[in-house]
Amino acid sequence: MPTDPPEPSVADADVQLAEGAVVRCVGAWTVHGVARLEGRLAALRWPQAAEITIDGAAVSAMDTAGAWLLQRAVRALEGAGCKVVLHGLSPQHEALVAMVRARAAEVATVPTAAAPRLLERTGLLAWQHALQVAGMLTFIGEAAVVGLRSLRHPSRLRWRPVLHNLHGAGFNALPIVGLLSFLMGTVIAYQGAEQLRRYGANIFIADLVGLSMLRELAPLLTAIIVAGRSGSAYAAQIGTMKVTEEIDALRTIGIVPTELLVLPKILALIIALPLLTVYADMMSIFGGMVMARAQLGVSFEDFIDRFGDAVRLSSYLTGIGKAPVFAAIIAVVGCFQGFQVQGGADSVGRQTTVSVVQAIFLVIVADAIFSVVFSTLHI
Amino acid sequence: MSHPEAVVEVTNLCTRFGTTLVHDNVSLEVRRGEIFAIAGASGCGKSTLLREIILLERPASGSIRVFGREVLGLGDVEALPLRKRWGVMFERGALFSSLTVSENVGLPLREHTELGNALIDELAAIKIALAGLPPSAGAKYPNELSGGMRKRAALARAIVLDPELLFLDEPTAGLDPLSASGFDELVQHLKETLGLTIMMVTHDLDLLWRVADRVAVLGEGRVLGVGSMEELSQSDHPMVREYFYGPRGRAAREQAWKRK
Repeated sequence: MPTDPPEPSVADADVQLAEGAVVRCVGAWTVHGVARLEGRLAALRWPQAAEITIDGAAVSAMDTAGAWLLQRAVRALEGAGCKVVLHGLSPQHEALVAMVRARAAEVATVPTAAAPRLLERTGLLAWQHALQVAGMLTFIGEAAVVGLRSLRHPSRLRWRPVLHNLHGAGFNALPIVGLLSFLMGTVIAYQGAEQLRRYGANIFIADLVGLSMLRELAPLLTAIIVAGRSGSAYAAQIGTMKVTEEIDALRTIGIVPTELLVLPKILALIIALPLLTVYADMMSIFGGMVMARAQLGVSFEDFIDRFGDAVRLSSYLTGIGKAPVFAAIIAVVGCFQGFQVQGGADSVGRQTTVSVVQAIFLVIVADAIFSVVFSTLHI
Repeated sequence: MSHPEAVVEVTNLCTRFGTTLVHDNVSLEVRRGEIFAIAGASGCGKSTLLREIILLERPASGSIRVFGREVLGLGDVEALPLRKRWGVMFERGALFSSLTVSENVGLPLREHTELGNALIDELAAIKIALAGLPPSAGAKYPNELSGGMRKRAALARAIVLDPELLFLDEPTAGLDPLSASGFDELVQHLKETLGLTIMMVTHDLDLLWRVADRVAVLGEGRVLGVGSMEELSQSDHPMVREYFYGPRGRAAREQAWKRK
């Protein structure tokens, strides 16, 4: 209680049996003093009498926690058919006990929700996923409608956010994409070098690095980096704007959020990702060249000669051609998950994670579909 | 100005944001058992003062004593005993969105005491009831509550350790008049049953008239006047007069007289 000295010495609360069906309460019945009191009260051998007196004169301090424990003990005794007399409590402490007693009914009726069973959980999960798919399709439809409207009136398109996103998602990603592509090129060349040397087929290193990088790995690697860098940022940005009601504010001002927030991001990424992929192509081939010279003694000139023969233009273009699709997937998933945020900070984190996982998953699925289609078309 | 019963003493406090002087030698004290309010126009540094007292921001110079201890320059470890003795309710609630109301309210107990889980849930339920929420609110998440209910839940969390000192930041901002007047009574009731000292920041004139024992009006970076509402309404200072004799101030004052 506030009348304590500034640093209250916490004497542990306790209960003691006394003569003639009297139970004496001692010590500080405060939240810091009652840690062991609960067990003491449960273990106490209460007097077997029709009327029990609880003497609170020796209680040095009491707060809600202590009052609640006292009230709980009294209720248990009364439930067992005892008459309980509280005695000696200071008026302040008595008021606290009365206050807690008045709220006791509400504590008893706290409803506890039953944990859902396996079948219910499965159904709930399936339903949530179905809703997600439906929501995603709605979102894509909405973005397409807004996009077509903007195409008809290109002056309405918001170029400043497009350029801003192009800078953030494209230009700023150059260092990390360059470094990782270079390393990927060296790794592929290094792994291939062992095998090729065994057959004396050193020069085929250009085929290996060129085809694998240009057709598959560079577009995929770039898309995964961008999904982690920009897709997550989109989800977090839109999600936070949703939490702070900025999205609602946009709507009330008469700005379609999709037009301002989603379309520029999709457009910027569709432009940026193919360009980043070209850059990744160059850096990874360069990485392969460096490793080919170091491991297999293939000079830069020989490598480039062979590269021109081995890698057709179509291989290069199929790689680049996939990038806009990947870009659309990343941007749409990131923005969609941002709009899925409900509530607070926790939800922002969850949807951001989901956006990255989903974007990478869908990018790889799309890549697999491309492979099947290209191979049936003999490209 | 050391008063034996002073719980919070602020002496010659100066705060600068960049080149703007927010507080220019602010001094005030809060006595044990009273409801002390800081009033003033928006942007006069009310909330900043509160945040400095609860160790969230640092002033440029001056002294702040809480429970007789100088708090400026305290580290997290030294500040912990103080922090356990006060409760803070933030303007927008600041409930943790990933926890239910009951878990939010029980968090300080789980963190700072060795009580069992069942007991913590029961104590949280008492505080939730005390704050005027229905028992069903405990299982809900903060985003499922209305603004007024969120404030009550925040209040329940602030008082769960039975603190000696309670800080309220704009307790009635954003509440409808009915909820706001309910909140007035709630604050009074808590003060009486738990024996709290309350320091609040508000510009709700009704709240000031109804519950505040003493009020400090901040303006121009200084304390323009301290005293009960009756005393302050006699003040000659033009800004204080403007504050109390504007159309809203007059209506609130008439309301307060009618009630007496």
